[in-house]
Amino acid sequence: MAVRDYIRQRFFPHLWCPGCGHGIVMNGLIRAIDHMAIPKNDIVMVSGIGCSSRITGYVDVHTLHTLHGRALAFAAGVKLSRPELRVIVPMGDGDALSIGGNHFIHAARRNMDITAIVMNNRIYGMTGGQFSPLSGSGTQASTAPFGNIDPAFDVVSLAKAAGAGFVARSTTYHVTEMIDLLKQAISHRGFSVVEILSQCPTYFGKHNGMESAVDMMENFRKNTKSLGKIPEGYSEDKVLRGVFVNENRPEYCQEYERIIASAMKGET
Amino acid sequence: MTESLAFMQGNEVCVEAALYAGLDFFAGYPITPSTEIAEHLARRLPSIGGKYIQMEDEIASVCAIVGASLTGHKVMTATSGPGFSLMQEGLGFAVMAEIPMVLVNVQRGGPSTGLPTGPAQGDVMQARWGTHGDHAMIVLTASGHQDLFSVTVEAFNLAETYRTPVILLLDEVVGHMRERVMIPEKNQIPVIDRLRTSVKAGVDYHPYLPREDGRLPMSDFGGEHRYNVTGLYHDMWGFPSTNPKVVHGLIRHLTDKIRHHAMEISRVKEYHLEDARTVMISYGSSARSALHVVNHRRARGERIGLLELQTLWPFPYSLVAEKCENARLIVVVEMNLGQMLLQVKRAVRHPDRVMLANRVDGVLITPSDIQSILRLIQGKGV
Amino acid sequence: MKKILKDIRINKAWCKGCGICVHFCPGKVLEMDENDKANARYPELCICCMMCELRCPDLAIEVISDDESTDEVSS
Repeated sequence: MAVRDYIRQRFFPHLWCPGCGHGIVMNGLIRAIDHMAIPKNDIVMVSGIGCSSRITGYVDVHTLHTLHGRALAFAAGVKLSRPELRVIVPMGDGDALSIGGNHFIHAARRNMDITAIVMNNRIYGMTGGQFSPLSGSGTQASTAPFGNIDPAFDVVSLAKAAGAGFVARSTTYHVTEMIDLLKQAISHRGFSVVEILSQCPTYFGKHNGMESAVDMMENFRKNTKSLGKIPEGYSEDKVLRGVFVNENRPEYCQEYERIIASAMKGET
Repeated sequence: MTESLAFMQGNEVCVEAALYAGLDFFAGYPITPSTEIAEHLARRLPSIGGKYIQMEDEIASVCAIVGASLTGHKVMTATSGPGFSLMQEGLGFAVMAEIPMVLVNVQRGGPSTGLPTGPAQGDVMQARWGTHGDHAMIVLTASGHQDLFSVTVEAFNLAETYRTPVILLLDEVVGHMRERVMIPEKNQIPVIDRLRTSVKAGVDYHPYLPREDGRLPMSDFGGEHRYNVTGLYHDMWGFPSTNPKVVHGLIRHLTDKIRHHAMEISRVKEYHLEDARTVMISYGSSARSALHVVNHRRARGERIGLLELQTLWPFPYSLVAEKCENARLIVVVEMNLGQMLLQVKRAVRHPDRVMLANRVDGVLITPSDIQSILRLIQGKGV
Repeated sequence: MKKILKDIRINKAWCKGCGICVHFCPGKVLEMDENDKANARYPELCICCMMCELRCPDLAIEVISDDESTDEVSS
């Protein structure tokens, strides 16, 4: 199908700013779904609140636009109650890891078959450019007028430590890689996390000396490196991309089916 | 299922009644004095092919049941004071998105962690107004196990009928008390199932366009109709809107669908009200003590009666006014500082005749407590 | 398999003029028009890499191409 068959065209042009990386993530996500030929009726997309979460308004699947930070909790209810559905949860960085941080680690721990996409633009965009837990110390934001002293989470390490079965990272510059990682994540049976570095030229860029989306994507190109291309003794300070975890661990809904089977037999 | 006699805790009665009503998905987080509901369901649900999940907190619990309700399931969560506070945001979402669900709050003493094992009825106003913004809310309660059974089934029925969250506001005494209960056989109490749309695939389905009777047929997530659900003000397709007409229409719909059916939703029990000059108004475990006092005084010839509320919200103002029409004295018995007292005063013709008999020290208000207060009010000394 | 360009369609109503497509186009096919919208000025230079389409945040670009070998079959 064409991209237009996956979107609610009447809402376009979308509300995101010119050059916003979230549009590229949506673009890539649609391609991934199309390549995998998943019927639209089988997909539930759940989002929270923020710029990122508006994606659910645009994609023509079953969409649930929820509360700030809580998307994964709603998604758990959708998935466990109907495990045959594919549940995809696009989230912002503040949404996923600040207000939703607890839900994020527990979703990873349970390893329920849900795909979480962290659209990391390192800023609260919807509210006008406040620092997020992924901005990192030394950055500038409207609520850090003297510079940010809050260190950042590493989404990959966090997801890995919390038990996610699949963890990957890409950027909006590396679109073909992004699409490939999204496909792998959606196919993975278990909780999968894909962090996608996404540009917010309007706020993060403006506050941090990058005037345009192009500058920011150039930055993703220059300052990231694919895991597969790291030579022996690599020590450059670049953000790594690729698949960090890909392990088959017991998936929650399948495990629960075992519980049902024993309960029905009257075992305790 | 045939009728059977049981002797069980209130929390367990709530579980059995919820299953009777068709509950098949529960998400929760342990908290005294509601925990037994989760414990029983963790065992009972999988044995009927249902799902139980223990979430990371109460916020996640209420969100998870909303998700499961959208896939077509009958859902519930249970909590107490602090957890109820945490659930307010998700509860508001369910109001806005018109999600059928049941939230049980087995009240404890508050504010804060308060008295985890002590009875109180201090969440009456929070149940009504805890989530932000104008909204309507259906809140039910019961004082004994047989009523608890039917009220719990009713909570699910109302949730489905009005596509709304329904709060079952119990208290520690009812939740933990053990009492005889007759579990009715199937169909003895009517169970209302999810109203699903008859709109065929490929035909425009408007998830938020009420029918003429005000009801909104649902389409399960995963079904033929793809639509949007949001906590934002939304149009008939479920898409966000800031159009003043749409916003006004929705807030009116959300409140009117309950306000206009207040009489149908209202459940009360009346004891000796026909000729009562003293009317006691109570609910939950307090009503047990109040009833004891009424029976005791009736036996001595006093014209006293009890109006027991099972529907706390929408508050039955006109019914209360009517029942208190000939009363010289109206005594509201509750375990808080007068939350329902205010409603009764608003309802009756002579608010100055309304008095409060309460106890807020974490101990159940007893018949002798009420007797002492009545003697004081009636000028007969303590 | 070499691809042959049939058309580059740009939905000007959706394009917000961010310039990502122009900047990263390896063949320098695109430029901004007088309304600050993307414009396929030199389609003959297009190598059908699809990067503009995939990187467009506005879903405004569609690169229509035919695989050389299947051209006759599909047309």
